Amino acid sequence: MTTTAPPPQRTEARPRTPVLASTGHPAVRPPTAAHLSDEQVAQLGRELDAIRDRVLASRGAKDARYIRRVIKVQRSLELAGRVTLLFSRRKSALIAGTAMISIAKILENMEIGHNVLHGQWDWMRDPDIHSTTWEWDFVSPAQTWKHTHNDLHHTWTNVVGRDKDVGYDLLRMDEEQPWTPFALGNPLYNLVLMPFFEWGIALYDLELEAWRTGEKSSDELKRDLRLTAKKALHQFTKDYAATPLAAQLVSRSGRNALIGTFTANCIRNAWAHAVIFCGHFPDGVDTFTEEMIEGETRGDWYIRQMIGSGNISGSPLMHLMTGNLSHQIEHHCFPDLPSNRYAEVAPHVREICERYGLPYTTGPLPRQVFQAWAKVCRLAVPPQGLGPWLREELHARFGSGSPTRLPKRAVNAAPPTVRRGAAPLVAHVL
Amino acid sequence: MAQIHALRRVASLLLTPLEPEDVLGLVNPLASYRQLRGIVTQVTEETADSRTIHFRPGRGWNPHDAGQWARIGVEIDGVRHWRSYSLSAPEGADPAITVTAIGVVSTELVRRTKLGDILFLDVPQGDFVLPRHPRPLLMLTAGSGLTPVMSMVRTLIPRRPDADVVLIHSARTRVEALFHDELLELADQFPALTVKHWFTREGQGRRLDLTEVTDLETVCPDWRGRAAYACGPADFLDAAAALWESELAAEADDAAEALMIERFAPVLLPGAAGEGGLVTFEKSDKEVETPGDCSLLDAGEQAGVVMPSGCRMGICRSCLTPLVAGRVRDLRTGEVHGDEGELVQTCINAPAGPVHLDI
Ligand SMILES: Cc1cc2nc3c(=O)[nH]c(=O)nc-3n(C[C@H](O)[C@H](O)[C@H](O)COP(=O)(O)OP(=O)(O)OC[C@H]3O[C@@H](n4cnc5c(N)ncnc54)[C@H](O)[C@@H]3O)c2cc1C
Ligand code: FES
Repeated sequence: MTTTAPPPQRTEARPRTPVLASTGHPAVRPPTAAHLSDEQVAQLGRELDAIRDRVLASRGAKDARYIRRVIKVQRSLELAGRVTLLFSRRKSALIAGTAMISIAKILENMEIGHNVLHGQWDWMRDPDIHSTTWEWDFVSPAQTWKHTHNDLHHTWTNVVGRDKDVGYDLLRMDEEQPWTPFALGNPLYNLVLMPFFEWGIALYDLELEAWRTGEKSSDELKRDLRLTAKKALHQFTKDYAATPLAAQLVSRSGRNALIGTFTANCIRNAWAHAVIFCGHFPDGVDTFTEEMIEGETRGDWYIRQMIGSGNISGSPLMHLMTGNLSHQIEHHCFPDLPSNRYAEVAPHVREICERYGLPYTTGPLPRQVFQAWAKVCRLAVPPQGLGPWLREELHARFGSGSPTRLPKRAVNAAPPTVRRGAAPLVAHVL
Repeated sequence: MAQIHALRRVASLLLTPLEPEDVLGLVNPLASYRQLRGIVTQVTEETADSRTIHFRPGRGWNPHDAGQWARIGVEIDGVRHWRSYSLSAPEGADPAITVTAIGVVSTELVRRTKLGDILFLDVPQGDFVLPRHPRPLLMLTAGSGLTPVMSMVRTLIPRRPDADVVLIHSARTRVEALFHDELLELADQFPALTVKHWFTREGQGRRLDLTEVTDLETVCPDWRGRAAYACGPADFLDAAAALWESELAAEADDAAEALMIERFAPVLLPGAAGEGGLVTFEKSDKEVETPGDCSLLDAGEQAGVVMPSGCRMGICRSCLTPLVAGRVRDLRTGEVHGDEGELVQTCINAPAGPVHLDI
């Protein structure tokens, strides 16, 4: 029984986000790229596609050996570190064990986990190193993180209001985000976020805000809560119960083992936090409005990724320890190319930026971190300074006779629909 | 056992999200949580283009029945490829496959496999196996189709003096004939086995003609009284099936029962290909524009999706994948089918328009 072609609406009813326009231009081209014509943008897109195709064509056994070697080193370090902590009564053992676990966790989260979960190694078809099977040493479950990160952040990169990574619903990280007194706490929140970054991300990946506004169903939230609770329990048990207990039994060094695992987690968290803040918050990195993505072509999409990201310069070791997020620009242009190949495409991307008169933001880690922190502090205060707000507040609280108290919100003329939470605070995580 | 289980749980607590096997894998290449593996213990040259590869499988392997096949995965330039190979070793022995180089994977196996290499494996399967009760047998094989039958012969002949097996094997020349000397020695040593080689390219050589009974009557006059097994190229098997159908339909209740067939490649309808379309692998978040003659399985693998598969020819159903939307074309029949939620065999179906798969 042969039937004719399927009714087309069956698949068309399931559009995939976001479909880029093949020609034309966005409603508004970002100011940084406003000097480029449609034809130039299309040509830029073709040039970047060609870079990508070259890497795809040469992917092979060498790359496979690379990721397997990194995984082997990481697992050996993790194992050695944990065994060392079992005997951590001696201070030297405590320090060595903590160092090894810290490095193992950093490698696992960054060069391995983040990149495997991006599908950078899926082409090997190895179920042991695959985005659909990988689970990482991080509180946020791979599945929920992949959604907020791969689907949302990488699609809406730096579009204020869309990319929740702009501030993670917590920090005010862009001038476009309306100021509220809550933003005064920016530096404090960021300081607390730093050592507990993985918990912050786990909370953020639950997308409570999307649930509150109805974009995310209660069933989805329940599922994510269940996943996260289970994952968090496992992670917590490993580092803060099983390892100290084993150390206690083996050499009565439970307390030191606990100190070791806690410190290792903090070091990894602070490092990840620093690297990630360098990705989209240093000076020179642009954010975008919704008109700038309306009608975006492939070339425009590439431009947004390039001018919305910042690199970290440094040695090959630095690139490894940042999971090649030091090549944030290349990563955003080609999120599924194997991370070990970003270094090789970087000069070409940079050359393209120069030739088309686009900025290519990069700098050493301390400078980029400083700039990101400076932004956190700068945006804690409203654009017109604290003065007007303080006057209003004082007036409202202690002022004479005024019958109506101004609602706090009136201070900044934000449209009332925009809630603080809707503004991506830390929106750019990786 | 319970102790191992308890130990494993404790280790998991300390290693999560890794599994104990992930860490054991640092020292034992066979340890894996997700993927059965084997280590190559011996490679023997059979003919210029074929090798027998012996391997020791890791935990989780099931001993094979004579005639069964297993899925073998090989890494070629960093990418894993899977094909099926019949196990040529006798029942009870360590498994071995005998591969003839004809394409990508077989050539890699034949030319590159060394001692100590790792093969990725799936457990043996297939029902091309010896009958449960003793009866006279006729084996009809051609080329590499001898492999599963070789396992049967090696299993049956030395152990059962009462067996009665006639093996007709067709090969181009003596030097290209698999297991040539071993078969002659076995036939010499055990009266239970009669071997007839048929060389198509030697002397007056021509193909064994199965479109009518003459050749068969000459080589094995009592063929009608034997349970037959056939394995070889598609046209060889098609001719055998037609012959049994026409000659024995009256006598046997079911010609299919009198003749068992093992195919190494699917029978595709010429020109079954249609338009093709965009295939979306939803869970893997991949899309591939796929031509109408390319199976969904190949398309998925090319996109880096880990696709379940087995025989890759439409018999084992290991590749079943839920169809979310769209229609697919059966490459064997040309039939266009597909309902939402239907499990489709990705190895023999190609997209007929846009297709969404739940994988
Ligand atoms: C149940 C089963 C058991 C099998 N057992 C064996 C075995 O014991 N030994 C063995 O060598 N192979 C066996 N095969 C075949 C094997 O799985 C592969 O198909 C074969 O090795 C070719 O794979 P490749 O990647 O080398 O060729 P590909 O590169 O995939 O194909 C190369 C070309 O050869 C054609 N081709 C594929 N298979 C055959 C064939 N059998 N004869 C002629 N042309 C073919 C293809 O259509 C293609 O055009 C078996 C297959 C099945 C399904
Ligand atoms: S792989 Fe065996 S039926 Fe598809």
